[in-house]
Order: sequence, then structure tokens, then C-alpha cells
Amino acid sequence: MSVRAPLLELHDTGRTFGGVRAVDGVSFAVQEGTVHGLIGPNGAGKTTAINLISGLMRPTSGTISFGGQRLDRLPAYRIAALGVRRTYQNIRLFPVMSAVENLVVGMHTVTRASLLQRLLYAPAARREEAHTQARALALLERVGLAPRAREQARNLSYGDQRRLEIARALASEPRLLLLDEPAAGMNPNEVRDVGALIRSIAAEGRTVLLVEHNMALVMSVCERLTVLDFGRVIAEGTPAEVSANARVIEAYLGSE
Amino acid sequence: MAYLWRILHTQSGRCTARRLLDAIRDFYTSYASVLNFIGLNAILGLSLYLTLSCGLLSLANAAFMGIGAYTSALLTLRQDWPFAAALLAGALAAMAVALPLGLPVLRLRGVFLAISTIGFGEITRIVIINLPVTGGALGLPRIPRETEWWQIYGLLLLLLYFFWRLRRSRMGYAMEAIREDESAARTMGINTTFYKVLAFVIGAGIAGLAGGMEAHLVNAIEPRTYGFVRAVEILIYAVVGGITSFMGPVLGAALITSIPEVLRNDLFRALGLKPGADRVIINGLILLGVILFLPRGLVTLFSRGWSLPRWRRPRGPRGETLPGAGGGLTR
Repeated sequence: MSVRAPLLELHDTGRTFGGVRAVDGVSFAVQEGTVHGLIGPNGAGKTTAINLISGLMRPTSGTISFGGQRLDRLPAYRIAALGVRRTYQNIRLFPVMSAVENLVVGMHTVTRASLLQRLLYAPAARREEAHTQARALALLERVGLAPRAREQARNLSYGDQRRLEIARALASEPRLLLLDEPAAGMNPNEVRDVGALIRSIAAEGRTVLLVEHNMALVMSVCERLTVLDFGRVIAEGTPAEVSANARVIEAYLGSE
Repeated sequence: MAYLWRILHTQSGRCTARRLLDAIRDFYTSYASVLNFIGLNAILGLSLYLTLSCGLLSLANAAFMGIGAYTSALLTLRQDWPFAAALLAGALAAMAVALPLGLPVLRLRGVFLAISTIGFGEITRIVIINLPVTGGALGLPRIPRETEWWQIYGLLLLLLYFFWRLRRSRMGYAMEAIREDESAARTMGINTTFYKVLAFVIGAGIAGLAGGMEAHLVNAIEPRTYGFVRAVEILIYAVVGGITSFMGPVLGAALITSIPEVLRNDLFRALGLKPGADRVIINGLILLGVILFLPRGLVTLFSRGWSLPRWRRPRGPRGETLPGAGGGLTR
């Protein structure tokens, strides 16, 4: 592991809901270009952490920084524009839009053509449209959805919807990808495909923060892990270190 | 085409063509007013379609129409402004009200937004009644008749072009994404507040234009015209026509507006239906029928080839096209 400044850094970040501390003084750092796992039992605060980073919720305490910039006071759309994209535990595609259209929406921050240019059939707008279509089709090809490009998202199978969501998150060439349980509900073959996809994303130099319950997947793709339990960090390290950690075993299996 | 041309050059063809032209002229002279109102109501339906396609159920457009109508009528009546400038000023006035209203109100969704915009409509009506320059509840009489049919249909054509090009634009995709899932849209980098307010303000401008045109067509306006009933009527154009495509509100407006004319027909007279009072009942029956049998609106009858070239449209498994935004209304 290099000693570069981390791409994403949570410092003493907390979020309370009424009296519940969903995320309670969490600090960890994600190095650029790595696949970092965020694991923990149900209710540990993993999804809340993703919501805080992506800006859907604001932390009630602490800071979050990304590439040296504070995220914790920015609205979600600004955070996305900085190059942070996410997927959702419960898939949230745009259901009546086609697969391609979902990806075109994903490219919102990297397209520029104005409505006026489109009204006037400006060459710049037409070039951009051709480019976004080509790029969307290439991405669908990459996740194996090219034959279903014009299908509405709601008509895709569960696994296809998961992959489309990852493709949508990739469409804007993000620096940091937050994946919230991308393998949930998938069969072993599909899990292997998702693992390969995550590795190929990391190979492009993108950073991935992976929330996942499937330990086989986590162990096979993550370089470092942070373990949460009841909103707090209880362990951190390489997959081998973490899986040998007594507190982690206790959190997952309970103590005698 | 060539075939038609040859027919037109035969003797009997020329005769038929003349008869056809006569028929069109007769039709226009007897139905000019209905045709004008179909156009105006279609424009109003489109003004609402803009917010509906963001998933926003706003009922403020009748009030925006009133603001446009009163502003432009006062300018032509009292200040001798040219018609075009007064129309533009009316639209801008509606937009100027929509901007500060939209910023707080568009945080609400579904029925809460509907109720607060109804409230805005009532406030607007009461303000108009009480302003010193608006003629109170009696309204403004003797507004010069300036609106021509080609202005109405010219504007309608421009708007149809606008909506057609909007659909696959960056802004169009952003609005559709907001309708489908607002949070997900935000995490895609879409400034949802900006686009919602923009749709609301542009919709207000279109409604303001229609209001100004209508005021200069009917010669007299009164505050009642722009109340709750009008707001719901505009919504009915969109619901009956369907909001899966911008052609929906146009079809809905055409159908609903022509009902009283149809009822004037002898056949319906023989059935004992009167154009005035029974119109409301027929409106209700049509609305019921559409909701029961065409829940996505009249536009689904034509859903192939209206809004987009067929080959670019996403298709469902049973060939269903352009699925609806109905769910987005209440979300």
C-alpha cells in the first residue's frame, strides 16, 4: 500500500436518527485506485455511511473529504459532479426508461449540449448525442446487456437490473464508485461476474468502496476492509487480518 | 401525391376541390370559435404537461393564465401597448410570480403540492378582485380583439416542436429522471431543484401567454374565469389525453373543448341532451371512461408514431410503447 493521501476520508463522522446513532464517530480512509470493503452485520450503519458520502444525508457530526475537498456540506448533485457515483441496495433505476436512456441520464454531468442547441439542431448537440449513444452501448456491451439496450429497465431481470445500475454509475467515468450490496440476491455465477466486473473497474484506476454481505466476493476483490458494528469501526485491515480478528468474529457470530 | 395532383386537374376534380374548399370555409366560419379554444386549451394543457413530466402535480396554471390575461389586457387597454409586447409582458409577469412561488412550494410532492398551488390560485383570484386597477369582480370589459387563429396555432406548433426536441435533450432526460426517482436523479448529478423550478416557471410563462391570447379573443375577462374550476379543467385535458407524450394534452383539450359543439348536434338533441348543463355530466362520463378503459389517456390509441420516430422508441415485451408517468404523480 502506498502512502499517498487517501482519496476518500471520513473523520469522526456521525449521523443520528432521533436517539439512534446509525453512524457513530466513524473514521476510515480509502486509498485511490483500491477496492475497499465496508462490511458488518445488518444494521451496522453501512448503507447510512454510503448515504452520507453520496450526499443523500448530511452527517450530524464529523467531516468527509474527497480528494482534499469537503463533501459533508455539499448537495448530492455537486458530489456526483465531483466524480462520486453510487448504486443502491434496493435497485433504483429509472423504471420506464430504456437501458440506454438510464445510462444517458448517468452521463448528465459529462454532457454539455443545451436545449437551445438541440432546438436549433446545432452540430455540437448532434455530435454529443451520437457520442453518448455510442458510449452507452459500449458500456452495455461491457456488462453483457447489449442485446437489451432498448428494453425498459423495469422489464429486465433482477441480475440485469443490478448490472445496469453499475453501468449507469460508471457512465460518467467516476473517480469513486460506491457499490451498496451489488451481489445481493445473485446466484454464484452472477456473483463471480460481478467480482470480475469490480476488478476490471479497479484496473481502470477507479476507486471502489464496496458494501457487501457475500464474504466470498469481499475476500476475493477487496484490498482493505473496514468493519462496522452498531455504527462504530471495530476492525480494519487486509481481508486476512480482518477475518482473524476476534471482535469481528464476535460481531458476526456472537460471543459464547 | 402525384395521383392527387392528377385528380385535381380533371374537370370533376376541380369541382370537388372547390367544394372541399367551400366545405372547409363553411366549417371554419361555423366553428372558428371552437377551433380557437381548442388551440388555446391545448396550449394550456401543454403548460401543465411540463410540470407533470417532472412528476409534479401543480394546479397553479389557471392562476398564471389569469396573471398573463390581466397584465396583457391592462397594458393594451390602459397603456396602448402593442399586442405582441403586452402578451410577452403577461408571460413574463406570470414567470416572475412563478419563480419565488416555486422555490419553496416545489419542495412539496403529490397532493401537498396540489393543495398549496390551489391555495395560490385562490389568493391570486382574491388579489385580482381587490386590486384597484382590475375592475374587481366585474372584470375588464372592451379588451381589443387582437388574437388571430394563426397566432394560436402558430404558438401551438412552436410549442409542439419545443416539446418534441425537449424529450431527448439533456434537460428532458433530467426531468424524466426526476419523475422516475428524484433521489437517484440527484446522485446522478442532476440539480433537481433547478430543473423543477425551471419547468414550473416555463409552464407559467406558457400559461401566461395563453391567458393573454384568450383575453384578447373574448373581449372581456373576470377573475372567476381563472379559479379552481379552470385549474381542474386544464388538468383534465392532460389526464384525458394522457401524459405519456406531449400529444396527450393536445388530444385531451381537443376532445373536451369540442364536447359542447358535439352536443349541439341534432342527434344528441333528439336524445334530450342540452349543450350547456349536460356538458358537465358528459365531461364526467368521458373522464370516467378514459380512466377505466384508457388509463394512460387517449394518446395510447395512437401511441405508435406520435411523439417520436418509431424506430427510436423503447418497446416493451408486448409492443407497448411510451409507458406512463401516472405513478409519478402521487409519488
